[in-house]
Amino acid sequence: MGIISRAFQGRPRDHDENLPPGQYLVHDFPVLSAGPTPRVPLDRWEFAIDTAEGQVHRWSWEEFLALPQETPTVDLHCVTKWSKFGTEWKGVSLDVLMEDVESAAEYALAYSYGGYTTNLPLEDLLDGKAWIVYEFDGEELAPAHGGPARLLVPHLYLWKSAKWIKGIRLLNEDWPGFWETAGYHNYGDPWREQRYQGD
Amino acid sequence: MENLDYQDGNALAGPLSEIFTLDVTTAHGTCAGCGRRGALAELRVYGPEPGLVARCPGCEEVVLTLVRGPKDAWLDLRGSVSLRIPITE
Repeated sequence: MGIISRAFQGRPRDHDENLPPGQYLVHDFPVLSAGPTPRVPLDRWEFAIDTAEGQVHRWSWEEFLALPQETPTVDLHCVTKWSKFGTEWKGVSLDVLMEDVESAAEYALAYSYGGYTTNLPLEDLLDGKAWIVYEFDGEELAPAHGGPARLLVPHLYLWKSAKWIKGIRLLNEDWPGFWETAGYHNYGDPWREQRYQGD
Repeated sequence: MENLDYQDGNALAGPLSEIFTLDVTTAHGTCAGCGRRGALAELRVYGPEPGLVARCPGCEEVVLTLVRGPKDAWLDLRGSVSLRIPITE
């Protein structure tokens, strides 16, 4: 038995203040799918940021891995009401990828291999809030979870963290993505329970 | 046997019966992506969460999505040119 008895460990994590309203805690990692899982060979993988002004910044897999890496540990909140605490990732901050990108755009549309898209304000990708990740829990990211690489924006519902990320388009006007045009909320803040349009 | 990650379009019958009085899985549509014609029952249906996504078996483009919230359903026929729906008198 540990030095600290169970009575002093506080309330169960299901009632944790880190759990947004309407969410429940899971310990597995559910896979939700809107289509076939793309298989992207690393020698053909590419990530791009294209600006509203017509500039394109591209990284091959080798160039991407050569960038400064971070290892964020974050909580995930899926709009289908499960949350998962303390997930460990490895990847590149969007602050690093955006360092040499000059644009007056205020919006971003993430697009993926396989055709998925999701939109968010550009400011939600900056200041340590978002990464392109390629390792989960010390292992290479499995295709079912978005490998080779996915967007990770943990302060928004998980549908914003586009799997199989291929690029980010910077836009002067907001351009709703796949789920945002199909009934889900345009922004998706789990703490304000912005699940559906009109929430 | 291959482990498929989708169901056939008959999986749409229950959810769509909330919206339509007819069984529209027997309706024939044309895919906006590749022009393939076929019954909704032939579509490949992913989900059900966060929503049903029905894709063309020919080109895998999205033909239909159905999101069910607590108060509303959103039916998006973005990849369907038209639906021919059999009506029995």
